[in-house]
This record gives sequence, structure tokens and C-alpha cells, in this order.
Amino acid sequence: MAEPRFTVVGGGLAGLMTVIKLCEAGQKVDLLSIVPVKRSHSVCAQGGINGAVNTKGEGDHPDIHVKDTLKGGDFLAEQTSVRGMCYAAPGIIYLLDRMGVPFNRTPEGLLDFRRFGGTLHHRTAFAGATTGQQLLYALDEQVRRYEAAGQVDKYEYWEWLGMVKDESGRVVGSVAMDLRTMEIRSLPAEAVMLATGGPGIVFGRSTNSIINTGTAAGRAYIEGAIYANGEFIQVHPTSIPGEDKLRLMSESVRGEGGRVWVPRKKGDTREPLSIPESERWYFLEEKYPKYKNLVPRDVATREIFHVCRELGMGIGGRDGVYLDVTHIPAATLDAKIKGVMEIYEKFVGDDPRHHPMIIFPGMHYSMGGLYVTFEPGPNLEPLPGSPRNQATNLPGLFASGEADYAYHGANRLGANSLLSCIYGGMIGGPAMLSYARNSSRSSTAVPGKVFEDAKKQWSERFAQIDRMNGAENPYVLARELGEVMTENVTVVRRNDRLRKTLEKLDELKDRWSRINVLDHGHSNNRPLSFVNQLWNMFALGEVITRGALLRDESRGAHYKPEFQLPEPKTKDPNQDPEWMRLWKERHQKWAKTTIARWTPRGSEITYEDIPTPVLDPEPRWYA
Amino acid sequence: MDGKDAMTQSQQVGLTTESRPVAEEKWIDFRIWRQESADRPGGFEEFRIPYRKGANVISCLMEIQRNPVNSAGKPTTPVTWDAACLEEVCGSCAMNINGRVRMACSALVDKLEWPITLEPMRKFPMVRDLAVDRSRMFESLKRVKAWIELDGTYNIGPGPRQSQGEQAQRYVLSTCITCGSCLEACPQVTQDNDFMGAAPISQARLFNLHPTGAMHADDRLRGLMGPGGIQDCGKAQNCVQVCPKEIPLTTSIAAMNRDVTRLVLKDLFFKDKESAAVGGPA
Repeated sequence: MAEPRFTVVGGGLAGLMTVIKLCEAGQKVDLLSIVPVKRSHSVCAQGGINGAVNTKGEGDHPDIHVKDTLKGGDFLAEQTSVRGMCYAAPGIIYLLDRMGVPFNRTPEGLLDFRRFGGTLHHRTAFAGATTGQQLLYALDEQVRRYEAAGQVDKYEYWEWLGMVKDESGRVVGSVAMDLRTMEIRSLPAEAVMLATGGPGIVFGRSTNSIINTGTAAGRAYIEGAIYANGEFIQVHPTSIPGEDKLRLMSESVRGEGGRVWVPRKKGDTREPLSIPESERWYFLEEKYPKYKNLVPRDVATREIFHVCRELGMGIGGRDGVYLDVTHIPAATLDAKIKGVMEIYEKFVGDDPRHHPMIIFPGMHYSMGGLYVTFEPGPNLEPLPGSPRNQATNLPGLFASGEADYAYHGANRLGANSLLSCIYGGMIGGPAMLSYARNSSRSSTAVPGKVFEDAKKQWSERFAQIDRMNGAENPYVLARELGEVMTENVTVVRRNDRLRKTLEKLDELKDRWSRINVLDHGHSNNRPLSFVNQLWNMFALGEVITRGALLRDESRGAHYKPEFQLPEPKTKDPNQDPEWMRLWKERHQKWAKTTIARWTPRGSEITYEDIPTPVLDPEPRWYA
Repeated sequence: MDGKDAMTQSQQVGLTTESRPVAEEKWIDFRIWRQESADRPGGFEEFRIPYRKGANVISCLMEIQRNPVNSAGKPTTPVTWDAACLEEVCGSCAMNINGRVRMACSALVDKLEWPITLEPMRKFPMVRDLAVDRSRMFESLKRVKAWIELDGTYNIGPGPRQSQGEQAQRYVLSTCITCGSCLEACPQVTQDNDFMGAAPISQARLFNLHPTGAMHADDRLRGLMGPGGIQDCGKAQNCVQVCPKEIPLTTSIAAMNRDVTRLVLKDLFFKDKESAAVGGPA
């Protein structure tokens, strides 16, 4: 009989950490990734990773990290997992340090920490402004070590297509396709981890890599996994727009002192550096004297959007504001954020050290994702080794990283994503192992026919796609999807437009059936795979849009002007009893997890109460 | 520059369904290598793509996906190429552009000579069109043990202290994106030999410079010895000129050469026991 194995899908931080934990426990792992794992999207993270190590005499503490994270997410995050993550954070940073990540150092040779959004503490460890790259490489190296020792089989350029379930509905493996040979294969597994990242490409151009279609999560949802909080989409305040993508300008630019401004005079055409201080409007610093340019991302994004779209005060009357680091010595910028300086220089052509950058918000991250659970331990953190941690509603299927919904609520704080990915893998791997040990039957004892049937179903599906000979181009449909999602389901949401978006999605699905597959090659046929992915992207687009339509309030990244609470009459909202009454009413109604289940007619949405054992909700107020 | 000019950088904005500039009837001609697989003949196919300000090679290839028709007006298949991040950090999209290896995402059409010729890297096995198989690079990383021998992922406190200077030296080496440009440009690397090229040599140095990594430095140096190892370097210095991350590859090669020589001498003059006595690996 074959040896029991585990499957991890996705070679970013969450997937790799899961693999490492399983290997450390002596298990054998199949690691699937649509690209060589070293090219996974975690590589793009720039600014850093949070952990309350408190080396700057600021009295930082994991409890403050917990509070910043829960408040930053407007109390929609799963609280025990957040607590577990924040308490594990210093240890995770030390672990990465031991793995050889070239973190920036203090003169004493200790780890250096920088400021990031949504906190008042220096809590972010960083390796220049390419922290994600260095972290991904560190885990990639450790996985390569296990690969060289024979514990990991890498399936690179393999795409996960769907689950294999046994007669009782347990997930006992996956079906996957080799994107080079187009071979379709069933892979039995004791448990499957989906660490497949976010759905950025559903929005067309975003800060995401073009591989981030969300197809695996979309497919898992269609096959019965719950998708939660889909409507919470983070639009990063500072990106540089491009023809092919929106390139991220890290929050660390502001963490290192970068200032956001526009000329006070509308339509001022002077060269930016010739505009005197008094004639510049540092609108974030003015409105948020405590957090200044480091308010949470959703807040900064809305302010920039407001300045450009409603006040018409963007640079040259268009979409764009200055992000200015010209007051910081070039040597400091090169030591700390050279990576992003170079991106701006290469793709825009100006040197940001001497010319203020022009930036505008861009779609960046999905707080929502596959619904997972946690088993609270006595310290209100996930119980170590519990099979319920990172577990989806489908037995045997786990999710972690951006693909899960849990850690960030209605808005993610910068530098918490690398952390949540690694923590999710750290508790996810042991959870898979416990689950397998508690299972009554190993996947190796499941009748072979179960796997053959699953494979056959997918072979037939692709044979069908291969015959698609209509007039519609799949990449044109993808662009239309991205345009309508970006226009209507990002910063400002209005119900009439959300309804129109759902109609457009129906239209696109209809046109999908008249697609031309464009390529009938028997190897490296990318359009064939993309046509299948596109269908799953539509499913996620629908969940995101319907979730936004039904949630009649503003919370974190989800902003609906029609349902906005009025401004409180006092500076501290707690002092305005009438406003507090409105807030409580609103909170009781909407501080709930959005639960989406797939049906052939579209998503079915319900709401689930959020236990708050760690921290009582309070108004989220940064002014 | 006035504010209006400044804004031309950024006419394509992120959160709008922008009206695409169709007024200018300007086209870019491309010659793109097409080859279905390694065992089929290949050749150039020509494309005419509408010009857009700020376009790069990738956005033009995406345009072909949306309208896969060649210059002769004949429908064809979309071009196969590797890409992911589009900001020069994933290492996927290296190819020969107008005869020089570089990353396609940072190749802005305004800075290239037209017509633009796209060819796959030639030092790696052909996969299809512009995509090649770079697995030899990842295999080399195993050979040189490009990792820290970690005791385990448990929470046992911080790693060794390092100076800001050491960090800066290691950081630049750690930005290698395994794109393959250095192998493509190297006259010593061919498809049928085993020379590992500059990237893994520089990675060996990255780990040997780490206080913990240094404890296993000799293992990595031994990985650099033997057939396909560091002695196959012909010192042409092309690698350092094409590296998109400006990694000091020739400095790494020189440093590793010196260390390998020292180890060879040590192996020659000391038996294992004695080598341990002078601080070599146990």
C-alpha cells in the first residue's frame, strides 16, 4: 500500500511554513504550485513583518499588537487567532532571523524595527523594502533542504483543480494538472492545505502578481467550502498605475517619514519642489494629528480618493497625490527602502529621492477568504495541535494565508500579512497532522475508483473546454470583469452600482459559454487552463459583490456613503452619547462574519456572530 | 517640469475604467519567437500592437492574448511566456529582448528600439515560445546547500547579532531572483554542459557570510568544487553586467574562488582529524 502523504497547495509563505511543520514532524508532503515556489506572490511584500519585540523603549507588548489588529479590522477578525498570532510574532521574527533573513540592524547589531500604519509603535522588522522576498526565500531554502532529503515532492507548474471526496464527503485528495504536459492526475492525501493566496486578478489590474486569480479558493467554494467576508477588499493607498498592473509603493515609505500632500491651490501647475511648505496641504497630517500619514490603509485610501475625486485637488486635476520623501537623505532611503525607490525609478522614470512620487490607491489584498475555525485554548489562543485550527467546513480541507478569512477582519494592518501567513502555516501543519491521526481511514485505504472518477471528471471538463470554439476571447472577458469590479466594488460602494455589477457578472458568465479557447496545443496550453480559472474568478467576483450589496453599513475597507454614520459631535466619539447609541445599534446589527455558500443560482449569504473573548469592541476612531 | 507634465507619468489611473487612448494611430512592431516545443522547429512571427504610453513588453504580450492575430492578419495562438509579479522581484520573465537578456516587465517600449525582437533564453531547454526550463538553477541551489542548517522551527530566541555592515553585504546578495540572466550571458554555460553559473556561487557566499551558515561553509565550498563547479568560470564577467539586481557577482566568484583554493590546500595537507583541530568541519 502507498505511503500516506499530505498535500499543500501554494508555495508562498503560508504553504511553505505548512510544509516545514509537516516535514519536521516526519511526514511526506506533495507541494503543488503553479509557478516555481520561489516566484510565489509573497515575494512582492515589501515593508516588513510585525511583532511586539519592544526594543525601542516604547513599552510595546503583544496585547497592544492584538488591540491594534482587532481595532484596525473594526472587530470583524476572529479573535483567538489574532491573539495567537500576535503572541507568536516575536518568536516568528526570531525564527526568521535564525534562518538567515538579512533583517536591517541597529548599531548594536540587534534587529531594527520601523513604524507602520495603524499603530503608534516601532513594531515592524524589515529587510530593506523587499521583506517578503527575503522571507519567502528563507522558507524556500528550508523546504529545499527537506526536498533534498526526500521528504518533499514539488509539483511546480501544476495547477490544483479540485478536491477528491470519499463517499462520506471527506476530502481525501486533489485533482491537479501539469501545466507543461497537460497531464491530469489525482493525488491522494491525508489532508489538503489550500494556501493559494488572494483574488487580486478578479479586479484586473491590482498590486498582485498575475498568478493571483483566486481560482483555487473559488473552486473550493463551488465545491462546498464556505467563503467568508468576501466583500472586504483592501485598496492600498499608494500604488503607481501601469498598463499591466498597479505597482505597490510600500507603506514603509511613510513609515520612514514619507509625507502625502497636494498643493493647497487647486490646479497649481508649479513644479512640486518649488511650492513652499505653507502652500502644501498635508491632508492626512492635518486631519489625523496622532497617526498622521500612518493611519490604517482604508482610511488613507478614502482620504486620497476624496481629495482627488470629490474635491478635484489631485495633481493636475487628475487622480494622483504626492508621496514625498525628498526631505530624507538619499543614503537613508537607500539603506531602508531602496527596493521601492528602484521600482519607481524603473517604471516611472523619475528619481523619487529628488522628485516627489505621484501615487494613487490600487486594489491590494482580500481580508475575506475561505472560512476556517480555531479551537480556543485556555489562554484564548488557538490550542496547539488542535485539528480544528485552520480547518474549513469540509473535513480534510484546510486553508491559510491570504486564502483564509480569519485574521484581518474589515481591514488589514500593514506588515500583518506576512505574519498571518507564517502563523497560519505554523498552526495549520500540526492541525492537518492531528486530523489525519484522528481519521478512521487513511487516504491510502480509499478505493482507487474514487480517485479515478475524480480524474475522469476533470479530463472530460478540459476536453469540453478544448472544444470551445465560440467568438468570445477569455482574456477580453477577464478584462471586462476587472474593470467592472474595480469601478464598482473597491473604495466607494453604492447599491445601484453593485446590482449592475451582479448583472454584468451574469452577462459575463453567459458569454463564457461562447468562449474560444484560442489554443488546442497539447503542451503548455495556458489559455486552456485560464478558461477554467475564469469561471472560478466569476464565482469569487459574485461573492465579493453580493456581500458588499447586502452589507448596508460602512466598516473598515467596506465603505457605503449611503449608510454612513454621521460625524460625532465631540472629538472623542465616546463623549457623544447620541452617536454612541447609533454606533452600538449599528455594531450589534453588523459586527458579524459574512458566510457565503455556493448554489447554482449564486451565493447564499448568512451572518454569524463573532465571539469577543479577547477584546470588547469599541468605536474605531483615529482622528 | 510643471504639474501637468508631472501628471503625464500617471495618466493611466488605477481605480477607473479608463478610456483608452485610441486617437493616436501609432503601432509597435514585434518579432516574437514561436516554437511549440523543444522537438519542433521554431521561427519568428510578427505582430503589430497599438502603442500606449507607459507600455512594457508584458502589456504588449497581454494585448496579443486579447487579440491573437499576427501582422499578416492571420489568427494565431497567444504567446507563451513566464511572468508573475511584473515588478522585477519574482524572476519569471527573463528573455532576450532585442538581443539582450533582461526582464520583460521592466522593458518599457519607449526605451527600446523598434521593431522589438523577443526571443527565449537560449541556455535553457525550450518549453514553448518564450518560456524555458530553469530547473538547473534550482538544482544548483541544492548542490551548494544554499540554506542555514536550522535546528528546528521552535521559539528558541533570536539569531546571532550582526553588524549593519554585514547586513548590507548579505542583503544585496539575498536579492537574487534566480532569473537566469547571468547564465544566459555566460559564454561558459551551454545547454549540454553542467556549469552552474554565477547565481549559485553567489548564493554559497550569501550563506557562508552568515555567522550560523559559516559553521557549514566548507560543505558549500565542496559543492562548488568538481565538474560544473566554480573552476569552470572563464572570468568573462558578462554575468555582472546583465544582472537585473546589480548583484556583485564577480566579487562573489572571486571570494568563493579564494575560499575554495584555501580548502583544497587544507584538504591536501591535513587529514580529517587534523583539519577538525584547526577549526574545519567535524
